[in-house]
Amino acid sequence: MKKEFKVIAKIIQNNKRVLDIGCGDGTLMEYLKKNQKNDVRGLEPKKDLVQKCISKGLSVIEGDAEKELIQFPKKSFDYVVLSQTLQAFLYPEEVLNQLLRIGKQTIVSIPNFGYWKVRLHLLLKGTMPVTKNLPNEWYNTPNLHMCTIQDFVNFCNKKNIKIDKSMCLTKEKISEITVGNMKYKNIFSELGIFLIE
Amino acid sequence: MNSDTKNIKKLIIDRSLELDCGKIIKDFPLAYETYGTLNKKKNNAILAFHALTGDQFVTNINPITKREGWWTFAVGPGKAIDTNKYFVICANVLGGCMGSFGPKEINPATNKIFSTSFPVITIKDIVKAQKFLIDHLGIKKLLSVVGGSMGGMQVLQFVSLYPEASHSAVPIACSASHSAQNIALNELGRQAIMADPNWKNENSTPDKGLAVARMAAHITYLSKQGLQEKFGRKLQDKGSLKFSFDADFQIESYLRYQGAAFVDRFDANSYLYITRAMDYFDLEKQFNGNLSLAFKKTKSKFCVISFSSDWLYPTSENKEIVIALNACGANVGFVEINSDKGHDSFLLDVPDFLKTLNEFINSTYNEINNEKRI
Repeated sequence: MKKEFKVIAKIIQNNKRVLDIGCGDGTLMEYLKKNQKNDVRGLEPKKDLVQKCISKGLSVIEGDAEKELIQFPKKSFDYVVLSQTLQAFLYPEEVLNQLLRIGKQTIVSIPNFGYWKVRLHLLLKGTMPVTKNLPNEWYNTPNLHMCTIQDFVNFCNKKNIKIDKSMCLTKEKISEITVGNMKYKNIFSELGIFLIE
Repeated sequence: MNSDTKNIKKLIIDRSLELDCGKIIKDFPLAYETYGTLNKKKNNAILAFHALTGDQFVTNINPITKREGWWTFAVGPGKAIDTNKYFVICANVLGGCMGSFGPKEINPATNKIFSTSFPVITIKDIVKAQKFLIDHLGIKKLLSVVGGSMGGMQVLQFVSLYPEASHSAVPIACSASHSAQNIALNELGRQAIMADPNWKNENSTPDKGLAVARMAAHITYLSKQGLQEKFGRKLQDKGSLKFSFDADFQIESYLRYQGAAFVDRFDANSYLYITRAMDYFDLEKQFNGNLSLAFKKTKSKFCVISFSSDWLYPTSENKEIVIALNACGANVGFVEINSDKGHDSFLLDVPDFLKTLNEFINSTYNEINNEKRI
């Protein structure tokens, strides 16, 4: 399991209800169910991945988060997880509002567009950045709304979203983001992981 | 019509059942069949519900019709629902014509066939009668309740009536309340039967009407694309159009065959009663317009399955079930299977569907057995 999931799993307390948005093949869900006795559900748009999840005994619904989240009642999950998908939505703000409504807490991870390699790519090559975390070209990327760690924090502040935890990931190494190291982390982190409510 | 149903397995239900219409029935037969073996813990039983024209003979050769069972693709040794592992039970629905209490049976009060004096039955009545059978078999909790189309409606009704009676539920290609379009299509079939002059004739059967009803219904079970690919405008055993009303096209011949074959195995009045039960099905209404209340008490794990080309019970209607389940925090998975075979997909060899069904049932079984070890 990738480091990001390990970090997310660590944030989640045992025995709690978790909704994984864009759960893919259910790797994180399976880990949470087995190791932390979490009551897990998933939402995933790709049929083949949904079938994979169901065959693992995971309760996953085929559907698009931009349309389906409305059906979940208010605060019906202890945690809602959205891993590296926020930037791919047509209306990320609305999705985020739904997540905050459904979950008592929400865990969001974002690929950091402020990462130095990304900045350097655009600065020196003058073309849209293609990196390990952002492997697509501008014309076929699913990512419509890229943001930086700083952008996300600014957004939360503006919308009065409480950030309970903010961490970042660089080369498998996890660290905490603080007010003091924010500028630094925004340059040297590949991924931001936030626990918000 | 072949009515040699005397030698099939039947349970005489000696408990009284108050039907939705108000009538009380007692000492009535429920014909059923089982496949596989019930294990010692009695936790490997699966109740399969048949659809409108199905019966208790899920798999193998149906001893009455001599045709393959309706769910041969899904149920059997080594199949999606593996009868080497699971004990599969299926009962002929109330109102049916394969040995269960239905309009074809003799009314002991008059010594005549019930025909239309049979009480109008509902999906709820149908399900309640089958619960008696499960009780009789000594099964406290089923591993799963599964069914497609009207079978799926029974799944929903079952978990709603008996929230503790099944570990899991698989409603397939169905709806929580019958749509106007589906009521209309059923009415078309009923009118075809009732328009047949032989319908009220005690010494005959409305074969023409029933065949037309079946032909119309059969079209609704397929998809436009499926029909086009299978038949197109191909002609039946001829090189050119014959400028007549004979079956020039293969699709005509196919439908005529389907209609003719159906009347050999199905009772026209059963068709009236069962389609009526489907039309009356409105689980949402049973819970004052809030479908999620129907599932509030259930702890069953659900796997809702729809098919992309099913326009009779489209994905949107199946999704309403999912939405209601989510609204009450139930444990639900949902997948729409890609298939061009229309509503009939659930009866056919659709590998993605069969694989999903198989793995869901197996994972449920493994889960309940692991829980017990801890």
